[in-house]
Amino acid sequence: MQTNAPTEQLKIVIVGHVDHGKSTFVGRLFHDTGSLAEGKLEQLQLIAERRGVPFEWANLMDALQSERDQNITIDTAQIWFQTKKRQYVIIDAPGHKEFLKNMVTGAANAEAALLLIDANEGVQEQSRRHGYLLNLLGIRQIAVLVNKMDLQDYSQARFDAIEKEYRQFLGSLGVTPKCFIPIAAKHGDNIASISANMPWWTGPTVLASLDEFKLANRPVNQPLRFPIQDVYRFDERRILAGRIESGTLKVGDRLLFSPGNKTSVVKTVERWNAPSSDVATAGESIGVTLTEQIFVERGAIASLEVNPPNDLVRFKARLFWLGRQPFRRGRLYKLKLATQEVECEIEAIERIIDSSTLGTITRTEDEVYVGRNEVAELTLRTKRPVAFDVHADIIATGRFVIVDGFEVSGGGIIAQDDYPRRSVDGSIRSEHIYWSHGKVTAEHRARRNGHPGYVLWLTGLSGSGKSTIATELERELFNMGKNAYVLDGDNVRHGLNSDLAFSPKDRKENIRRVGELSKLFQDAGVITIAAFISPYRSDRDLVRQMVAEGRFIEVYINAPLEVCEQRDVKGLYSKARAQEIKEFTGISAPYETPLQPELELDTDQMTVAESVARILEYLHICAEEDEISI
Amino acid sequence: MDYLNKLEQQSIYIMREAFNKFENLAMLWSIGKDSTVLLWLARKAFFGHVPFPLVHVDTTYKIASMIEYRDRLVREWKMDLIVGKNEEVLNSGVTFPNGKATRVQCCGTLKKDGLKKVLDEHHFTGVIVGVRRDEEPTRAKERYFSPRDKNMEWNVEDQPPELWDQFKTDFDKDTHIRIHPLLHWTELNIWEYIERENMPIIPLYFSNAQGERYRSLGCAPCTGMIKSKAGTVREIIEELRHTKTAERSGRAQDKESEDAFEKLRRDGYM
Repeated sequence: MQTNAPTEQLKIVIVGHVDHGKSTFVGRLFHDTGSLAEGKLEQLQLIAERRGVPFEWANLMDALQSERDQNITIDTAQIWFQTKKRQYVIIDAPGHKEFLKNMVTGAANAEAALLLIDANEGVQEQSRRHGYLLNLLGIRQIAVLVNKMDLQDYSQARFDAIEKEYRQFLGSLGVTPKCFIPIAAKHGDNIASISANMPWWTGPTVLASLDEFKLANRPVNQPLRFPIQDVYRFDERRILAGRIESGTLKVGDRLLFSPGNKTSVVKTVERWNAPSSDVATAGESIGVTLTEQIFVERGAIASLEVNPPNDLVRFKARLFWLGRQPFRRGRLYKLKLATQEVECEIEAIERIIDSSTLGTITRTEDEVYVGRNEVAELTLRTKRPVAFDVHADIIATGRFVIVDGFEVSGGGIIAQDDYPRRSVDGSIRSEHIYWSHGKVTAEHRARRNGHPGYVLWLTGLSGSGKSTIATELERELFNMGKNAYVLDGDNVRHGLNSDLAFSPKDRKENIRRVGELSKLFQDAGVITIAAFISPYRSDRDLVRQMVAEGRFIEVYINAPLEVCEQRDVKGLYSKARAQEIKEFTGISAPYETPLQPELELDTDQMTVAESVARILEYLHICAEEDEISI
Repeated sequence: MDYLNKLEQQSIYIMREAFNKFENLAMLWSIGKDSTVLLWLARKAFFGHVPFPLVHVDTTYKIASMIEYRDRLVREWKMDLIVGKNEEVLNSGVTFPNGKATRVQCCGTLKKDGLKKVLDEHHFTGVIVGVRRDEEPTRAKERYFSPRDKNMEWNVEDQPPELWDQFKTDFDKDTHIRIHPLLHWTELNIWEYIERENMPIIPLYFSNAQGERYRSLGCAPCTGMIKSKAGTVREIIEELRHTKTAERSGRAQDKESEDAFEKLRRDGYM
């Protein structure tokens, strides 16, 4: 054991075909680096003697009863050892095909890999499959150990032949291994020191090649990706918590949250019992607070507006499947990508690959699935938009797992494709979308209904009486046999606009959507009663412009702030005064009074019935002009 | 970012995943060094708060000062503590200290069954536990999110794959998940972290007047001390860098038979 403190740690995974000597190698490596606990070797030798079996180095790792019986590594185990250079975590992954999910678990957590090939048996099914998966899992540092050289009389020719064959296989995947080393793990040949049994080998040893591996760099210079894990309100702070997966974030940055298109500015970077800093970089689990409270929840990925992730419902991927049941087209699965969870399905399978031969597996048209331990190139479609990147660009947001029932059953990386880039403001607009006109005109509808469609836009402070008047008016119109419908601010925010908060930007978007909705209702011939605070003049004017000429009726529900606050039906004013609600119109956010509303109703002086009557009266006037009675 | 930071950031990530995914979440706190580091990491993850209850399975045979220490920290850090006891077995007196059970049987009823009682009573579906892979071989094979069936049994032959920090957070009713945020830490890492954070730790780990200290804490009758002069965190770190003795060498229940501990863990022991 080294006495100096280790300054770095590297995780390596040991893979290869079953019985090619991984556990023996690990045991020997552990012993040769002086990492064994005192008495452990003697204890295991004693146990072997008691059972009347020869001592095996593999027993060091295979501590579980069932493994000792079967003599194969069932699960991924981890142990530690040190060289002069650094500390290592060894992940011993099983070589049996049955346990591929354990191999994947081990390899996915490693930064480098040692792949063992038995000199006697040569390259086998799992040798190739593991090589393929290491590449898919993103491991680029691989050393190949040709083991059991003692069984081949330490023959250089045998070693060269295996190296040639396997190097060619890896080459076809685009993988260049760091080196091939001939070893005999059982006897320690070329592990910690150069073996006298292979004078033709001048190095490196396994330990030397390990120390050549490099630590993975934190992607601090890549575009910012900050997936939100959770939103905490343990105290007065509203903290968005998560880990920065790539890039750098600092106070004052305007963050874009995807999917969706909300933005806000970083107010503080939060940590506990750590040096305070206004900057956080890749790998840090931190929290941020925002200057504007917008609605953000787990799953959103924060980025900088100049370099956002894709925000789409379809992508291409390479996927491996571990599930007991095949991955089938026509079924919905849960996709987990960073902290997002969304339902997905196979749109098309381009190719199914046998990873041990690289051959294509062909299936009939009606049998579209990826079977256990198979790999596929395919297109996935999600039910809601997901934020993602191409794996080659940003690793953490370019990979995903698929959950079937309760089980994580597959994983994949997102492939390059022609993904449409979003415009800067995020809304994907196409110049090739035209308004399609039906054969039923507004006049046809008006004749059938006995009245044209309108948008009655009720604007005013909270508590001014918008909803009360709206619902009363709706009932009156309904009783008169008219088609009327209320779009209520609170109701819309439960559904259509549940992703919006109360920042100026979200309020604007809230009104824009409601405007579009009102326009469609009006076009369908409905007397649409829209009751929204809609505090900004420009937003209301925007809706006016959307709706057909003369069909937009702005009704200013006017009551003094003091009256509204006194009414305080929903208890919101007292909360706003107590600063429990931020950006509350009239208290901490502005209300811009209409300049030329079609109607103005002073509800501190009029009853509800009087107000409704005034609106009906106004509609009568309109109706006369249209010669269609109401 | 140095390796202690890496360990810490990963643990925080796991802890936050657990808090988001489990409505009924609790954390086991044994008062020992590992679960006290876990507690510290929870406060890091949740910005000074511990937003779930702590569970201490009390066998009533714990070293006395552990209980005093526990109650003091609960008060100072304003935490919600649930103490679980297997009253039935304690009343019947079938325990190892009474000579009526083997050590392993005693662990099985007082700790394992004691834990099951608490989980059942409070309907916890997620339990955060401070086990580490380097403690002993069965723990080396654990997952960060490790499912237990309704009898608390651990199916080590068929564990879920765990990759890219996507954990098993979908599970059948009647089962629960053990969450192990410290899995990738070593004993040495724990002490290095205690030193770096200047964290409080129960003084039982430090050498006493007889030149002995506890390296691992448990029940008084089954936990031995080691010869050591280490009286500070720094001295413990120095000692650990040179030792070749196993951490749980002072824990007698591990040694009753070759696979004693393995059996206990499969049955649901922490």
